[in-house]
Amino acid sequence: MAAVLDVTPESAWTALWRRLQQDRVGAVSLGIVVAYLVMILFATAGYLAGGWSREVGVPYANPAFLGERPNLEGALRKRAEHKGVAPDLSAIDPLAPKYAEWERRTGELKMTEPERAMTLPWGGDRWGRDVLDKAIKGSQVSIAVGVAAALCATLIGTLLGACAGFYGRWVNDVLEWLYNVFTSIPSILLIFSLAAVLRSGAFAHLFASGIWTVVIILSVTGWTGMYRLVRAEYMKHRSREYVLAAQAIGASAAARMFVHILPNVSHVILVQLSLLVVAFIKVEVILSFLGLGVPLDMVSWGTMLSEAQTELVIGKWWQLAAATVFMAIFLTAFTMLTDSLRDALDPKLR
Amino acid sequence: MVPTLAGVILLIFFLFKFFGGDPSQILAGQVASQEQIDAIRRELGLDKPWYAQLGIFVREIVSFDFGKSWMTREQVSGIFLTRLPATLTITIPILLLEISLAIPTAMLVAYYRGRLLDRAVMVICVAAMSVSFLVYIIVGQYLLGFQLGWFPVQGWSDDFWRNLFTYAPLPILLAALVGLAPQTRLYRSFFLDETKSDYVRTARAKGLSEPAIMRKHVLRNALVPVLTNVSLLVPGVFVGSFLLEIFFSIPGLGREIYLAVNRSDYPVIQAVTIYLSVLTMLINLAADVLYTFVDPRIQLR
Repeated sequence: MAAVLDVTPESAWTALWRRLQQDRVGAVSLGIVVAYLVMILFATAGYLAGGWSREVGVPYANPAFLGERPNLEGALRKRAEHKGVAPDLSAIDPLAPKYAEWERRTGELKMTEPERAMTLPWGGDRWGRDVLDKAIKGSQVSIAVGVAAALCATLIGTLLGACAGFYGRWVNDVLEWLYNVFTSIPSILLIFSLAAVLRSGAFAHLFASGIWTVVIILSVTGWTGMYRLVRAEYMKHRSREYVLAAQAIGASAAARMFVHILPNVSHVILVQLSLLVVAFIKVEVILSFLGLGVPLDMVSWGTMLSEAQTELVIGKWWQLAAATVFMAIFLTAFTMLTDSLRDALDPKLR
Repeated sequence: MVPTLAGVILLIFFLFKFFGGDPSQILAGQVASQEQIDAIRRELGLDKPWYAQLGIFVREIVSFDFGKSWMTREQVSGIFLTRLPATLTITIPILLLEISLAIPTAMLVAYYRGRLLDRAVMVICVAAMSVSFLVYIIVGQYLLGFQLGWFPVQGWSDDFWRNLFTYAPLPILLAALVGLAPQTRLYRSFFLDETKSDYVRTARAKGLSEPAIMRKHVLRNALVPVLTNVSLLVPGVFVGSFLLEIFFSIPGLGREIYLAVNRSDYPVIQAVTIYLSVLTMLINLAADVLYTFVDPRIQLR
């Protein structure tokens, strides 16, 4: 009687999970990334940093641990609030007769000017908004843009790469040509061109607000690397035995491409996807700094940095520090996680 | 290269043709009479079918004559030629400095592979890469230019040498520092790939010293992937130099195209994009030719 092997083979994803846990750096990085994701979830639901755009402090409010620092701009604002009496000009002011009526009408409206704090936990910006809240909300926007754009670029790159690698011949030739065209234009120029036509072109009204412009720009310029990798994998896999076997039992081309081959190359796609997230977050920051990224009524790490440039000259460093630290921690953790992921998914190390 | 160039021209043409909207409306503004719009359309050839417009576009590219900028009425070819020197003044030193710093660092790190120095440098590289390029520029300009006063905060002159030695060093230094971390990481992997090969083992077996192996066997063979990477690096250097031009108000192509994007000045954007793409293609071609010198096994078809 033949011996029956009574071992259930470990699924690839369980193995990945087990090896990620063994890798200490990977586990810590995963923890940090998950913490950011939880923070983003709370921020999206409005529990965290929901009031980032409220002006809760005086302009350039000091961080709580630097409460004694002189704050000229904040003091000016406080003084303006208390000494609001204008000199009497009623003799020459043509609008003077109207003042009484205006007084009455303003009296009808209820207005509450909240007391502005002199210090905030991590300081305030030019309008007295809480920098910590801005950094949390900015993380949400920046990471959302990076992940959405990376997913779109992955979709484009995987589809085209799968077609080119699987079908070969003229499909491959046409797509290779497209690849060459896109890679021979320096990416920054393609980004600028796309930004120009999307902002003032025929479809400008569709993208007037919202982060979709950035996502489109990034995914259209960034799919090429994914395409190249996926194409190479499909070329390798298309004549493997399991694919030929699937063909023999009548699997269609689409089924072979996406049911049989795709799961076997998914580790390559996953690693490249996380590399794209890191790259796109960096580009989004630069685009937002240049005013071509997220709209003005939103906050991202890039818009925070563009405000920080002028603030630094007058010695207000906390917004720069907040955006830099939030971004650096996330990107370092994500890069380390990608490295661990690559090691954990490498079949040669199994 | 020719089909690729044709593709680039087609891509740019159709991008601006179908997504760019009607140029006559951008040009004429909100309040324009029908005659004005018609006159602009005739001047730009917009009343002709699209293939005739494509013909005009190709003729403009070949003859280096993109007409005038829509907003400043300056000749586009003039803009290109007057802005290019400033861009090259910072791009070429950045490229040279980056490579000449990254190769020795990567070699040193690869020599001490697996030891403390190697690991420390790699951790520093990952951390340094996670900080945005912008932060380096903002802090660098503030610290070195404003606080310490070692360099002028910004500026540019008409004199090439003065630019190169007074105004360009700070942007160049910042860009090279930012590029150092990713380049070192990449080149280290190239060197490490070579140290595992058979001929290195043979060299070690016959008793060659480690530095000699590094210099004679590893470096020479690792130069092939390094060279490939340098040609891939060029678009990245454009990103850096464009950002620096905008930030330091250097009158180069990057700042010009950024201003053009903000004022929807399509001819300038198209011209800069196409000519810089051609330049990139030429650099790649040059790298291909250089291969045959570095690696005699490779032959150009």
